[in-house]
Amino acid sequence: MRPVACRPSPGVKSPMRWHRGWHPVVRMAPPTEGGLAMPTAIPLHVNGRATRVTVDDPEIPLLYALRDNLGLHGPRFGCGLGQCGSCTVHLDGRAVRSCVTPLSAVGKKKIVTLEGLGTPDKPHPVQKAFIAEQAAQCGYCINGMIMQAAAFLASNKNPSDGQIKQALAYNLCRCGTHLRIVRAVKRAAAGV
Amino acid sequence: MLLIKPRRRDFLKGTGILIVSFSLPARLKTAFAQSGTPANTMAKTVALDDVDAFLAIDPSGGVTLYSGKVDLGTGIGTALTQIVAEELDVPLARIQVVEGDTALTPAQGKTWGSLSIQNGGVQIRQAAATARQALLQEAAKRLGVPVEDLSVERGTEQGTVRSRSGGKQITYGELIGGKTFSLKVDKQAPPKDPATYKIVGQPVPRFDIPGKMTGQFTYMQDFKLPGMLHGRVVRPPAIGATLLSVDESSVRDVPGLVKVVRQGNFLGVVAESEWGAIRAAEKLKANWSNWEGLPEQSKLWEHVRATKVNKDDVTSNVGSAEQALEQAAKRLSATYNFAIHTHGSMGPSCAVAEFKDDKLTCWSSSQATHDLRQQLAAMLSMPDTNVRAIYLEGSGCYGRNGHEDAAADAVLLARAVGRPVRVQWMRADEHGWDPKGPPTLMDLHAGLDATGNVIAWYSQLYVPEGATGNVKLVAAELAGLPHEAGMVPGNVIQNTAIPYAFPNMRTVAHRLAETPFRPSWIRAPGRMQNTFCNESFMDELAAAVGADPLEFRLRYLNDPRGAELLKRLARLAQWQGSKSPKPTSGEVATGRGLTYIKYELARTYVGAVADVEVNRRNGEIRVEHFSIVQDCGQIINPDGVKNQVEGNVIQTVSRVLKEEVTFDRSRVTSLDWASYPILTFPEIPDVDIELIDRPTEKPWGAGEPSAAVVPSAISNAVFDAVGVRLRSVPFTPAKVRAAMQSA
Repeated sequence: MRPVACRPSPGVKSPMRWHRGWHPVVRMAPPTEGGLAMPTAIPLHVNGRATRVTVDDPEIPLLYALRDNLGLHGPRFGCGLGQCGSCTVHLDGRAVRSCVTPLSAVGKKKIVTLEGLGTPDKPHPVQKAFIAEQAAQCGYCINGMIMQAAAFLASNKNPSDGQIKQALAYNLCRCGTHLRIVRAVKRAAAGV
Repeated sequence: MLLIKPRRRDFLKGTGILIVSFSLPARLKTAFAQSGTPANTMAKTVALDDVDAFLAIDPSGGVTLYSGKVDLGTGIGTALTQIVAEELDVPLARIQVVEGDTALTPAQGKTWGSLSIQNGGVQIRQAAATARQALLQEAAKRLGVPVEDLSVERGTEQGTVRSRSGGKQITYGELIGGKTFSLKVDKQAPPKDPATYKIVGQPVPRFDIPGKMTGQFTYMQDFKLPGMLHGRVVRPPAIGATLLSVDESSVRDVPGLVKVVRQGNFLGVVAESEWGAIRAAEKLKANWSNWEGLPEQSKLWEHVRATKVNKDDVTSNVGSAEQALEQAAKRLSATYNFAIHTHGSMGPSCAVAEFKDDKLTCWSSSQATHDLRQQLAAMLSMPDTNVRAIYLEGSGCYGRNGHEDAAADAVLLARAVGRPVRVQWMRADEHGWDPKGPPTLMDLHAGLDATGNVIAWYSQLYVPEGATGNVKLVAAELAGLPHEAGMVPGNVIQNTAIPYAFPNMRTVAHRLAETPFRPSWIRAPGRMQNTFCNESFMDELAAAVGADPLEFRLRYLNDPRGAELLKRLARLAQWQGSKSPKPTSGEVATGRGLTYIKYELARTYVGAVADVEVNRRNGEIRVEHFSIVQDCGQIINPDGVKNQVEGNVIQTVSRVLKEEVTFDRSRVTSLDWASYPILTFPEIPDVDIELIDRPTEKPWGAGEPSAAVVPSAISNAVFDAVGVRLRSVPFTPAKVRAAMQSA
């Protein structure tokens, strides 16, 4: 048996603990040694439309199917370990980490990526708030911030600063844009 | 108002050019075609003294700015655009920026050291002032009106030159559109009077942000070429290990595997798909020799102290510090250290390389494409004229991280398979193999006279030698190919000299012959570590004489601009003069600490007050609040500067409280975010910022200086709270508990 995802790198003491705010779907993959892998077309529902991706390993993390097979840029590779949140997408409205979600676990769930949330001309309220607050520096992590915040705000319309910080506690940002991100989520909550 | 403006690559993407190639922009081709020279045979000038190196104006009056300084996520693309819009009187939305392309942009030096506005922007401003002067002279000729009677109006589409008396007018497009200026940058061309500024100094929203918030922005990590393959590197399990054998049969069944590439100790895999490359890299069996060349981490500081000193750099020498110390009524000594740090980019480094007709094109997020071009050419022993390095914005780097190394990896793999290859490092590659901020150790001594005046300051810093040049490329070293071998930690002796006027001062940097890991600059390199040592020790002196830390600094500061800054800081932070530590009891103690810097003793001033809580029981520090006052001269975009200050505070609080590269005798062991934790949302401080704008002064750097004030402000605040000095970054709970137990 081969662990598909969240396999700690050599020397890593323990993976960051998970919390209820996001939902990694991690399974043990069947062995694919001995040339068992065959190209398979897997149906997916992405950003409001049905599509298919052809992969030679159904255990491929959803992230690579979205980025490499479907050409989406929103979800980003940050760690491959479910630690940073840069790869976050929505599965049936819940924020999940696509870098540790095998494609085989997606099934008929509806996938929404940052692109599916809104566009520069028609941004989602959370995207609009992030733009208004200029809540980015390099912006590499921002996909995760917006996707996590959008899922959070769907169930909490009027969060306090502390609740926002807790909701984003497992999303990492290195540029130090946290204060702007909290302000943006707050602004989005007021407008949602 | 929200400004949504496509930047160059988005613009090109819309036209379908992105996938095809990054050849000269269509507008430029038109320009050269009009001048009678085929675009593919004539190179655009990138000479620093040519106006055309920086600026081009198309027939519709749209402006292209060619910048050698690149936007690393700091927003300077927008700020530089503001400078051009202001100087040329063209609308912001009609300016596109091309950054860091060795075929198109001038070599304005590495994007480092908080110099993109201070140096790069000022060069661009002078080119634009020259262009404006030339446009006015040409308009005078065409309209038959004296230059003095002309003014430029910034329309919604382009700049238009009009006669003041009315009637006559001509647009930039009509004046120059599609043609070159063919002018040298005129150092005498008068830039605009800052009193007339309408765009510089305004919080213009960043052009890149709407695209970044909606998944429309093309990062380096998103860039694709037709026929592109995916590569991954397999680094040695021990840094200096030798590759003994590779079992290629171990990856034979990975679908889409193209090649296992081995050259010396450089090992990588190339596959049709990214996931295939990742799986092959995981599965590949290789035998490596043992190597245990790293020092024991628990004895790191003994190792640093025992390392051979190659030379001493004396960074200040006033009076006779050693003699004054001997005569002092009271002497204080302390040793400070700052751990080895990683840059910690959120997105691992990525690059794409393509060979075509013996020519190499390499796309990367390098801070210094002109330098990278030289390094790649040297590595491959090919003429640099056959190498083009192009910048694409990636994840923030905060110094020289792995971007250039990923570029060299992609180049070696692309050469081996004869097709374009994209390499993105895995998380463990970035944490393990980006060059590191070197360990920093400083001994400090001060002498006081009988009345408590400071009469001597003597410090000795231990840091690796080297300053200029490029950080060696991992791939070149592993493959045994030509490369620069020296250490390049950045100018880490800056801010060893102090901004205070003591009668006797000597500051010396002992430059070490080696350091455990390949060093490079990390944001505010040396300035951050040295200011931690100096400003914490300064606080020790204030406490020793029972002085208020703010008043104590003012006592020795002969710098009105710095003194003004400190007084404004006192107002902002509502600083109430007191001496540390303050008497507190209870499990959680609160304290505040102050720090001051004049960056490199030559430019940006920053003052900071940190408010902290220290838990006496478990040793945890919580940084509640930072007050920052910054004077970086003329401000181009105040919101951009504030964004940098907020980022510096939060990133550096993370460094100070949490961060330390761990290692065994063979390699780095902190290879992910669990073993190298950084600050999370619930832990962030609030930040109040006051910017002192001085429109008539030179614009100074803002990307780094406010990082340098953070460590000592926290250390001093902890002393204020619980009366112990933290002299070793990071300030882990274990160190806090140990300090309190031994107090």
